[in-house]
Amino acid sequence: MPEENPNHAPALSVTGLCREYARGASRVRALDGVTLAVGRGEFLALVGASGSGKSTLLNLMAGLDRPTAGSIVAEGRDLAALSSDELAHYRNAVVGMVFQAFNLLPRMTLEENVELPLRLAGCEPARRAELVRAALARVGLESRAAHRPGELSGGEQQRGAIARALVLRPRILLADEPTGNLDSRTALEILDLMNELRRDSGATIVMVTHEQHLAERYAGRIARLRDGRLESLDVRA
Amino acid sequence: MRGGDLARLALRNLREARLRNALTTVGIAVGAASLVAMLSVGVGLQHFARRRLARAGLFNSIVVTRKMNLRGYGRAYRFGKTAAGAPTRPLDQAARLQLEHLPGVLAVYPQVRFLSLVRYAGKSYTTLIAGVPPAARSGGSFSGLIGKYYSSPDAAQAILQMKFARVLNPHPRQLLGKTLTLRYAERQPLPARPGSGGAAGFAIIPKTQPLRIVGLAPRAPVFGLSGFFRGRVFLPQQLAEHLQIAQYSSLRDLVNGQGKGRNYGNLNVVTRGPGRVLPVEQAIKKMGFRAFSLMDATRRLRLVFALFDLLLGIFGSLALTVASLGIVNTLAMALLERRREIGILKALGAADGVVQRLFLAEAAVMGVVGGLAGVLLGRLLAALLNWGTNDYLARRHLPHVSIAQVPWWLGLGALAFALAVSLLAGWYPARRAARLDPVEALRYE
Repeated sequence: MPEENPNHAPALSVTGLCREYARGASRVRALDGVTLAVGRGEFLALVGASGSGKSTLLNLMAGLDRPTAGSIVAEGRDLAALSSDELAHYRNAVVGMVFQAFNLLPRMTLEENVELPLRLAGCEPARRAELVRAALARVGLESRAAHRPGELSGGEQQRGAIARALVLRPRILLADEPTGNLDSRTALEILDLMNELRRDSGATIVMVTHEQHLAERYAGRIARLRDGRLESLDVRA
Repeated sequence: MRGGDLARLALRNLREARLRNALTTVGIAVGAASLVAMLSVGVGLQHFARRRLARAGLFNSIVVTRKMNLRGYGRAYRFGKTAAGAPTRPLDQAARLQLEHLPGVLAVYPQVRFLSLVRYAGKSYTTLIAGVPPAARSGGSFSGLIGKYYSSPDAAQAILQMKFARVLNPHPRQLLGKTLTLRYAERQPLPARPGSGGAAGFAIIPKTQPLRIVGLAPRAPVFGLSGFFRGRVFLPQQLAEHLQIAQYSSLRDLVNGQGKGRNYGNLNVVTRGPGRVLPVEQAIKKMGFRAFSLMDATRRLRLVFALFDLLLGIFGSLALTVASLGIVNTLAMALLERRREIGILKALGAADGVVQRLFLAEAAVMGVVGGLAGVLLGRLLAALLNWGTNDYLARRHLPHVSIAQVPWWLGLGALAFALAVSLLAGWYPARRAARLDPVEALRYE
């Protein structure tokens, strides 16, 4: 299901991105000069072996981490120049994140989990309820709103996580191995849903996956990382 | 994040580890209760002492005397003169009227106390007689009075001190309603004679005054700075003044040429509350008299109580300080358990400050709940202390006292202190939580 190429006003633009970590006395370079642009509404897949740096790149794009060198410009913001609070606001308002482990808070109901970004944004309670209902309806989980994550299947949990990621209508959706804990049928359902939402909202998706066939099926472009470097950037025909 | 949402989230988090958080909260409650109980004793004792002194009229009394120079031998012995030799103002009827009209003055009365003879059932007894000002009754000087108080300010009635009453009759209650006779020396003014330099004299006439015994005072009554000292027979002040009893000061005034009209050795000025004492005292000094009050002594008393409260507060706070370690421990554990949750919150857009406030809110909830429970527990302890003390006192036939008191400001202060200690204890784990690296936190299993 190939998609369009990046347009001239990228949603995300990464230039010479480096990220080093201290490990004891030595330093490990997880990312080494990655340059990449992701267009608005694009579905980009980041693939590569374990330790290739794809999750590190995603975390930097999400504003969860800061680069050692290079720049990330997301929706016109240079993330390296943002303060800690501004980065938090960016994570809340501009990006939505979906994780392999779903990362729903087990003590809260699905509804409360989806409501969490709205609470962090200081949204009015009445408006919150309305947005939560809409988000759960969009992923087909209205009837499961009062359930805790432990009472839901893996697919339902991931759909709940997608509802949470999209409840504030972010312009960028970052997904870290979203199908890693799902069976193949459910994985397809989830990616179908993400793709559909992308088409409806015009959001940009960057997905980390180690499943090549899923990347080829859904992504417009596939960026392949190897030892922290961008090895190739394939455009799906 | 809105304050209400933050509080709800904090409460939800606290409900998760119920036993641990409840035990921590109980620790704070015990600490706050110990603080309240300790300070309640300090407050109770201070209040008790103040009330007793205030009831005795010590805090709103000023003793007024004439200025005089009593520097002893080798110097001029000059009654009625100041050190510079200027004549001093006599403490006479005009001065008394002026004192009565000073703002803040409730009453002015001379101290009437004299040694005299009392006859009862055919026997004579030499004893000390004292006049009782009207304010003494409301001041509680005659608490525990057996029988009645004077029916009017000038009634020919007497209240006997219990020990003296026992001398008159081994069964003192039988004296109530009986009459005793007071024999005393009356001062009758005489007109000025030629050669006296215009000074008037007075004659001393033996007189008797029947007095109906209306009451018995079980304890020696105390009132005002000069008090009744060792009075055994108490008369209403107005009657005592009306009897025109010749006292030592009468003779002294006569010798010093001030025998014209009524002169007083001293006057007791009662103010409308302790707060009026200092201005009234200053006004009296401006009038040219000596004035003495216990305000300076009171200041020292307040200092002693402040130090006492401080010590009790330190001991009381120790328990709360130990309890605060429980908060540090609880929140540090919560931080370990909730690393991933903190990572998720940060990934969803929680700023460091929000995470910090969330942990502080949890500490605050434990502090407020623990503090409230502690104040209630402290009140209960204070009540038990009072009950135990009064049970002990009642067995010894001593009057009821309120040894421990929890005024509103102590409750509120203890609550605020528990909250402050909890926030202080929560600050370090909250700061650590806020600084948690979200990527690391999300990896945490």
